[in-house]
Amino acid sequence: MNGTGIEFRGVGKAFLRDDGSRQVILDRVDFSIPAGKTTVIAGGSGQGKSVTLKLILGLMAADSGRILVGGSDTTGVRGRKLKELRTRFGVLFQGAALFDSMTVFENVALPLRERTTKTETEIKDQVLSSLEQLELLGHENKFPAQLSGGMKKRAGLARALQLKPEIMLFDEPTTGLDPVMTQEIYQLFARTQEQIGYTSIIVSHDIPKVFNLADQVIVLHNGEVDVFPSPEAIQWSEKPHIRKFVKTTMGEIYQSHLVEQ
Amino acid sequence: MPPETENCSIIKPMQQNVISRFGSTGLVVVTDLGRMGLYLLQMLQGCFRTPFRFSEFMRQLNFIGVGSLVVIFFTAASTGMVLGLQGYYSLHKFGAEGMLGSAVSLTLIMELGPVLTALMVTGRAGSAMCAELGIMRISEQIDALDCMAVDPFRYLISPKLLAALISVPLLTVLFDVVGIAGGYVAGVYLMGVNPGSYLDGMQSSVTNHDIMLGTVKSFVFAVLIVWICSGRGYFVHQIRGAGFGARSVSKVTTQAVVLSSISVLIFDYLLTAILI
Repeated sequence: MNGTGIEFRGVGKAFLRDDGSRQVILDRVDFSIPAGKTTVIAGGSGQGKSVTLKLILGLMAADSGRILVGGSDTTGVRGRKLKELRTRFGVLFQGAALFDSMTVFENVALPLRERTTKTETEIKDQVLSSLEQLELLGHENKFPAQLSGGMKKRAGLARALQLKPEIMLFDEPTTGLDPVMTQEIYQLFARTQEQIGYTSIIVSHDIPKVFNLADQVIVLHNGEVDVFPSPEAIQWSEKPHIRKFVKTTMGEIYQSHLVEQ
Repeated sequence: MPPETENCSIIKPMQQNVISRFGSTGLVVVTDLGRMGLYLLQMLQGCFRTPFRFSEFMRQLNFIGVGSLVVIFFTAASTGMVLGLQGYYSLHKFGAEGMLGSAVSLTLIMELGPVLTALMVTGRAGSAMCAELGIMRISEQIDALDCMAVDPFRYLISPKLLAALISVPLLTVLFDVVGIAGGYVAGVYLMGVNPGSYLDGMQSSVTNHDIMLGTVKSFVFAVLIVWICSGRGYFVHQIRGAGFGARSVSKVTTQAVVLSSISVLIFDYLLTAILI
């Protein structure tokens, strides 16, 4: 496995509401995200799933505790070190976050042009080969507004994978996609992870489908974190909020395709 | 309950409420100023970071500079002609029509040229800058740049600043020239002022110091416009009361144009007071 593990040690994060009260998002939580595996972060709306991603990326600072990426402490990292840290990550945003004034080709080529010393010919070859793998060849001169939801996600994934990241973060990757496209996107994640070997962190509401990819599941609830070594393990939990979560999202019994096989 | 105590119990919470609101607003203003101060520093630092985005710089130069030529030309011609007419009527009362060239050129070079150019650029290019960055922010495009370890200041904002620093002073010069010509047309051709006295008055009264004052103003206004307009768009998600989505961008764009225009007028007074 080429991926890098992440550890949260006593990480706390709270926001001030408009009325002056504190909303605790993470209450000094400890958990690990294993290297080269897929971790799904689940939980209700406003429970801190996206905040967790932003903390990992250094887009937001934790109030307390430490976050370790590949064993090194990333707390309070700034400037060049933060830049170096971010080069280890690839991110697929909820809306793909493609630059709408650039074509698909320019979007995918951007990290190569900005972060490497490759020549334009090398960049062209690499981008076109990625687009071919993600079935986007022939659409390279289109603008994001001319693409369907699924194509935007694939273009976003192509851009995120250009620098061969050690860790891929997916923020609600299948929101707004139909079931067929959702399945295709998940297959794509599994295929690219197999090729590159990145650690995958998926924040998703798409439960139980996303569990087909999961090696580990983390559930966020009222600032606390519950870590389950497999999607099936959630159903053995005796905690009332987890039982309620399981019942509302999956029904009484759930088995991933791995168990079915 | 005695009446005094009753009064106290009514007033106290109200006072607390006022103090609390005052404090809360104060905190928001201080935070906003701090954020914008750091933004200005990062924007200036971004100009010296490599690799320089020449194509984006040229695009902005075309948008801010070339795109504003027509509006600057018409505003300058109209302002110059009005100054020529108004100036003639005022000076005629004292038999000082010969001073028209001097009055028109000094007013344009030191005050109206830099200020009106800055206001026109704010309305035309500043609003577009704010909306563009605001949309990029709410659609996570700026976060995407951050995540790719691409500095948004070097990539997006500093080319705008450099383009404005070149465009705004040049547009100001154009404004001055067209305005003076407009004053000449109104004064000499329409009102019959002696052309020699118009041109001689201008030549003898305008000094290098006056031109320097106008130039310094145009550079400061260029920084102000890009700083405020792009900064409001960049922080659209953090501005209290702006709301969310498309409405937040439209609200913040209006706010940016108003703030930028007011700042131009305030700095115009301050620079005149300091440098004159």
